[in-house]
Amino acid sequence: MADAMIAADGTPLKRSLARALRRQKLRALALVAPLLLFVLITFIIPIGSMLFRSVENEMVSNTLPYTVESLASWDSSQSEIPSEDVFEAMFFDMFIAAEAKRHTRLGTRLNYETTGLSSLFRQSGRQLDDVADISYEPLEDLDAAWDEGETWYALMNARGAADDDLMYAQRTRVAQLTDDPASGPVNFAPDAEIATLLPLAMREYTAWAIYTAVQDERDPATRDPWESVAPALLIDLKTADLTGYSGPSADMLRTAQAADLPIANFTTAFAEMDEDWATSVPWETLQTHSGKFTSGYFLNAVDAQKTADGPAWQPENKQIMATLFVRTIWMSLLIMVSCILLGYPIAWLLANLPMRQANLLLILVLLPFWTSLLVRTSAWKVLLQQQGVINDVLVWIGLVADDGRLIMINNQFGTIISMTHILLPFMILPMYSVMQTIQPTYLRAAKSLGATNWTAFWRVYFPQSVPGIGAGCILVFILSIGYYITPEIVGGTKGVFISNRIAYHISSSLNWGLAAALGSILLAAVLVLYWAYDKIVGIDNVKLG
Amino acid sequence: MSLPIYATTGQRIWYYSFRVICGLIFFFLVAPIVVVMPLSFNAQDFFTFTPEMLRLDPAGYSLKHYEDFFTNPQWQLAMKNSLIIAPIATIISVSLGTLAAIGLSQSHVPFKGTIMAILISPMIVPLIISATGMFFFYSSLGNWMENTLGLDKGFVGYVKVILAHAVLGIPFVIITVTATLVGFDRSLTRAAANMGAGPVTTFFRVQMPLILPGVISGGLFAFITSFDEVVVVLFVGSASQKTLPWQMFIGLREQISPTILAVATILVVISIALLTTVELLRRRSERLRGMSPG
Repeated sequence: MADAMIAADGTPLKRSLARALRRQKLRALALVAPLLLFVLITFIIPIGSMLFRSVENEMVSNTLPYTVESLASWDSSQSEIPSEDVFEAMFFDMFIAAEAKRHTRLGTRLNYETTGLSSLFRQSGRQLDDVADISYEPLEDLDAAWDEGETWYALMNARGAADDDLMYAQRTRVAQLTDDPASGPVNFAPDAEIATLLPLAMREYTAWAIYTAVQDERDPATRDPWESVAPALLIDLKTADLTGYSGPSADMLRTAQAADLPIANFTTAFAEMDEDWATSVPWETLQTHSGKFTSGYFLNAVDAQKTADGPAWQPENKQIMATLFVRTIWMSLLIMVSCILLGYPIAWLLANLPMRQANLLLILVLLPFWTSLLVRTSAWKVLLQQQGVINDVLVWIGLVADDGRLIMINNQFGTIISMTHILLPFMILPMYSVMQTIQPTYLRAAKSLGATNWTAFWRVYFPQSVPGIGAGCILVFILSIGYYITPEIVGGTKGVFISNRIAYHISSSLNWGLAAALGSILLAAVLVLYWAYDKIVGIDNVKLG
Repeated sequence: MSLPIYATTGQRIWYYSFRVICGLIFFFLVAPIVVVMPLSFNAQDFFTFTPEMLRLDPAGYSLKHYEDFFTNPQWQLAMKNSLIIAPIATIISVSLGTLAAIGLSQSHVPFKGTIMAILISPMIVPLIISATGMFFFYSSLGNWMENTLGLDKGFVGYVKVILAHAVLGIPFVIITVTATLVGFDRSLTRAAANMGAGPVTTFFRVQMPLILPGVISGGLFAFITSFDEVVVVLFVGSASQKTLPWQMFIGLREQISPTILAVATILVVISIALLTTVELLRRRSERLRGMSPG
């Protein structure tokens, strides 16, 4: 049999079959592809972006790029506060951030780490103009032409070669600061000669020109630059060698250089704005949280914090996450146990009744399962209130005095009883489907061998029903640790879960990084549980209705 | 299950007390839902039975909460939004989901496990986490659609909520339709092809009618998922996309008004109708596939 088998069209059968199989695979994939793409875009990417956001920390380095760079070499154990260079970089970074109104956002971000930084940043932002005026006003007095936007534009705009690298760097700076691609046309290009002669002034002017053109949509040629260009110019003039320069405003520059105009000492200027700047606290916070990625949110999510000396526990009074995690797990377990206790008899009854009766009773289980979650939650709110139906009935029977009505809502009791009710069908249905498969003959055999009812149940029936209990338990536990709506409405403050904390950080405190970190931890827990569920029961065995 | 004649007294007591316990648990399951219904006809703005109601005095009952629901612009907006969002989301998840389920049920699908896990994941991940992830991503998606594509703000809001709800409904469609396809006789499509029908004709004339019950009940699950969903819509949508559950949630959290009970009653009636439909479809499907009705 040397010859391979040949298909009808003359190709070897093996190849022909392989081709048919490949085509079949491709067709199957083509049918799945649209949905797969849809789920990837609308669901998997959002979840991924949440995971990313829990470690992402670009705001510090995007808002204060030069400060972060020069602060990197500062060692807090060597000197109490950073050097003048850092304060200088901070001044120019803060100036543009304040113009773009981004310094308060950064203050809010850093306030999560060190309380008080929010107001420090907000107040300092207002006083930066005064520091710039120390240099700006004398310059203007020296020659009124320095107050004209046109003078600056003529000096800075490229006559010969332009410094494209600087332009690109400043576009990136503005883009990162404003979270907006600063890609529009700008009627300005930094002159290469001036860029080498006056690097700092050129850097700040370029950033201003791009901001003005892209964000304000104005022509930088006719506008006055920010006051911060004046101190930048004077700093440059201290060291600049103007002898070979003959471009525009050459004489004005020489006069200004000769006049030896005042420049603020940025260290004292910041200390005068707020004495906190003269302490190590804000600088240590900045340095610790200047990386592009941070473990800070995850540390916060487990009651720790990132400090200059590595991770440390939060102060006692701020440790709330551990309580919440423990409470979430503890209450989920309680709900799970009450579901087992209430669900087991029902599942047993359903599995042992004749089909017709069982189906009828099953409707009583499925009806709450199909009823809107909010309907069930509102029902419990109505029932459990102090003026609600349960209290009224108890008072009417005489069990409770009218002035001693039970408090059953806005506490853990309210959450547990209403969530047990809501999740009970998820326990009953898997138990029922397992119990249906248990042969009643085993019980009869046990009894005929002399076992009591209890022994027969406990030694024969119960072990066979354990898979159903396991499946129900995992399902109920997973569902309850991620619950949000019901605890929010009937849980008050004592009966809320970790998910309510996530929602709080998303919509009220706006600490999105922390919300993302809490979500990632919860997601990891749920995925581990599902992996266990898959091993024990198999995801394919999930049945609906 | 019935009690034998020779049962001892202890067994008798246990038998009846077990029945009573089960009765109480069923009561626990159903009573909260049932209690809401008469309360929604309360003539007062109370959440409990007034003495007039207990005396069955007609003056104690009224339809005013229903009237409020049908005339209050807030509730009407919420109902309109629910009736826009849920059907469109259902259509998206059913059409994409059915196609994918057919693809997945073929014999040679590469990476079947991974694909299945991805498609089922919206059901596995807790809603609060899906909502958090969607909150971040959909707000930038919305900004992009408004600024770059220049779309209307309200329209973009609906698109975001509909996409989010469609993806939440997909696992239910996949699960029910693949379950239906397990019992599907493949020789039928081969027979159709043998008689000269193209794949499209075969699908619509042979396969679709047979799996239709599964598709419809998957669609109903997707519909109820969207119709009942509140966490994601709270995070992704804005006030102009508020749905019925959103309005109920806000009402329950802030100023609880008896209109909620009227809405709840209407929703219970809807869910009873849906439950009946699914049950009938399931029986029909099993009859069609030659299984005994369960």
